[in-house]
Amino acid sequence: MKTMCLAIPAKVVKVQNGKALVDFGEGVLREVDISLVDVEVGEYVLVHAGYAIQVLSREEAEETLRLWRELLEAESSLETKQQRVQNA
Amino acid sequence: MLEHLRFRNPDLAKRVAEKIRETAPKKDVVKICHVCGTHEWTITHYGLRSLLPSTVEVIAGPGCPVCVTPASEVDEAVALALKGVVVACFGDALRVPGSEKSLLDARAEGADVRVVYSAMDAVHMAEKEPDKEFVFFAIGFETTAPSTALEVLRKPPRNLSFLVSHRLIPPAMELLLGIGDLNIDGFIAPGHVSTVIGLKAYEVFPKAYRMPTVVAGFEPLDVLFAIYMILKQIKEGTARLENEYVRAVSWEGNIKAQEIMQRAFDTVDGQWRGLGELPSSTLKLKEEHAAFDAREKFGIRITSGRDIPPGCQCHLIMIGKIRPTECPLFMKACTPQKPVGACMVGIEGTCRIWAKSQIK
Ligand code: SF4
Repeated sequence: MKTMCLAIPAKVVKVQNGKALVDFGEGVLREVDISLVDVEVGEYVLVHAGYAIQVLSREEAEETLRLWRELLEAESSLETKQQRVQNA
Repeated sequence: MLEHLRFRNPDLAKRVAEKIRETAPKKDVVKICHVCGTHEWTITHYGLRSLLPSTVEVIAGPGCPVCVTPASEVDEAVALALKGVVVACFGDALRVPGSEKSLLDARAEGADVRVVYSAMDAVHMAEKEPDKEFVFFAIGFETTAPSTALEVLRKPPRNLSFLVSHRLIPPAMELLLGIGDLNIDGFIAPGHVSTVIGLKAYEVFPKAYRMPTVVAGFEPLDVLFAIYMILKQIKEGTARLENEYVRAVSWEGNIKAQEIMQRAFDTVDGQWRGLGELPSSTLKLKEEHAAFDAREKFGIRITSGRDIPPGCQCHLIMIGKIRPTECPLFMKACTPQKPVGACMVGIEGTCRIWAKSQIK
């Protein structure tokens, strides 16, 4: 879908002169501008209309999922998440 | 990365939905409003509304960038195109109606209108054809504005200028709260805009308006979880700002992008399609970049336009007042193939999303 609103996560494979080669998965590689972020090879970025607009945190992604699972087990885990969010 | 972390796990979704049912009020209906076309897409595409109890209503606010671009600014782009300037725009801006014509109509009349994927494509085009004048029709929210700013600050070729038509999300959210009979009980704030402006941009909503506000990502689980977090706040009788999308959104947001935007733009009052003028809601190139401002360069002065064609209800769709199926033209006179209003044009438009998901 070639829409401007969509921001897609991609993995940085190569960095060169303010540009990066990123992998959208399934072998779809594209050059994007990384002037708006500080990013290194191996990190994940959110790509929007040809520009990386943010670096994604893999740890946070895993953490969110872990907390969701916990939440479903026990209510107390949400408290932890909310505190974490508020302290952030 | 996100795929294999399964933010779509149906089993988890079912269980979050159970939590939602437990937490939702039993009698009074609560209204949760999101302001992002991609959220509407997730909700509609995955049928999330069907998982919600009857006391939880999720409505779509003005979250589609092409839908909120006023006709007067499309008219400016059309006027430039018909004057012989090459107009470069994002794909979904092509068919957005102006007062009389869209850019696609202008193209049918022989104008040179080209679709680009990014602002830098427009720069490359202008470099390749130095004897033609190019204008980049820069629409979109805080997600696309930094890239426009970046290309302006890089000093583009002299034959390229920018028709800046960017809009800011928080002022639109404030507008919604001012509409007396809308009665919103909570906000799902847009994840991708938030990656740029950060959580802090929404502080005003819980503080000044006592509105539970949760920034959320775009997977079905993200949205369900945000709904749950809001319901929990409502139940507790509190209003907090929470972040469901911690993997992408920080308190400060993308400071680099914010600084670049501040160097390129001033924030000014501006028109939104069907919503009128909102204070401090649009961006204008700073005085020092006037050479790249298409409005200055070509002296275009269009101040008013016809935003809503007769019979179209886009102005009500964009504030979540009615659902697309309540518009008498929906899927009759107005279809994705032959759209009447802007909400049926933009890929992120509520009418278009409902039409594509065949909601009747
Ligand atoms: S269905 Fe068409 S005419 Fe009706 S509100 Fe939506 S875009 Fe406008």
